[in-house]
Amino acid sequence: MNTFLLLFSVLSAITLATAFLTIFTKNPIHSAIYLVICFSSITGHYLLLNAQFLGIVNFIVYTGAIMVLFLFTLMLMNLNKEDEVHKPRVTRLAAVVLFCVMCLVLLAIFINSKPIVGDYDSIGEDYQSTKVLGRVLLNEYMLPFEYVSILLLVAMIGVVLLSKKEKSGK
Amino acid sequence: MNNILNQIGIENYIFLCVILFCIGVFGVLYRRNAIIVFMSIEIMLNAVNLLFVAFSTYHQDAQGQVFVFFSMAVAAAEVAVGLAILVSIFRSIGSIDIDNLKNLKG
Repeated sequence: MNTFLLLFSVLSAITLATAFLTIFTKNPIHSAIYLVICFSSITGHYLLLNAQFLGIVNFIVYTGAIMVLFLFTLMLMNLNKEDEVHKPRVTRLAAVVLFCVMCLVLLAIFINSKPIVGDYDSIGEDYQSTKVLGRVLLNEYMLPFEYVSILLLVAMIGVVLLSKKEKSGK
Repeated sequence: MNNILNQIGIENYIFLCVILFCIGVFGVLYRRNAIIVFMSIEIMLNAVNLLFVAFSTYHQDAQGQVFVFFSMAVAAAEVAVGLAILVSIFRSIGSIDIDNLKNLKG
């Protein structure tokens, strides 16, 4: 077993274990912490694939911004206690069965499928450095890039409007 | 030039992402806390993003990574709006248990 495969296995184990723990932990704060670890290991996967820009962006956006948002919301609602009641047993059993069946079916499909391109020959040209990515983003994808900025602006205004306290006289 | 997929193989990435996506679906079905449901949706989005990057490396094309960039922006907007809606639900009802939100039931 070579070094990269070993690294990949360790990272995958961390990703899957923390993803499971996110769901099974009772305390929502602990769930958020496990989710941070899960996203950090996904950043590790990106860096392993040599996608430096996306690795850093994933780290900043997910483990930075989104997790702070989650933690702030949890503390705003004062939910850091473990009094959540479970779903009914039938529903939980159905969820477990559906998880197993979905995993089985999708894995069976992908194990039996053959890739179109057989080997991984590299053409030796740079395709995923920040320089190349920025060139593609600001030439071919200029319009979607601007639309994304409008989307973020609209989301920001919507959040401010939604979370504003309503006047009691209404 | 040395490609990382020579050592690991695209199949392993596909299997990892499939299992991660199924964990996300499982979380949506299993928990009652709406915030945990949101976290499960984030796990699903991340599984798909990881597969995009793996296939971008496989085809040696930057466009997959550009798409991941856009999907991250949409995910950030979605989380912000969703959490704001949850906060306002919590203010009016007092809990975010998704089984208690039955006001639309006839």
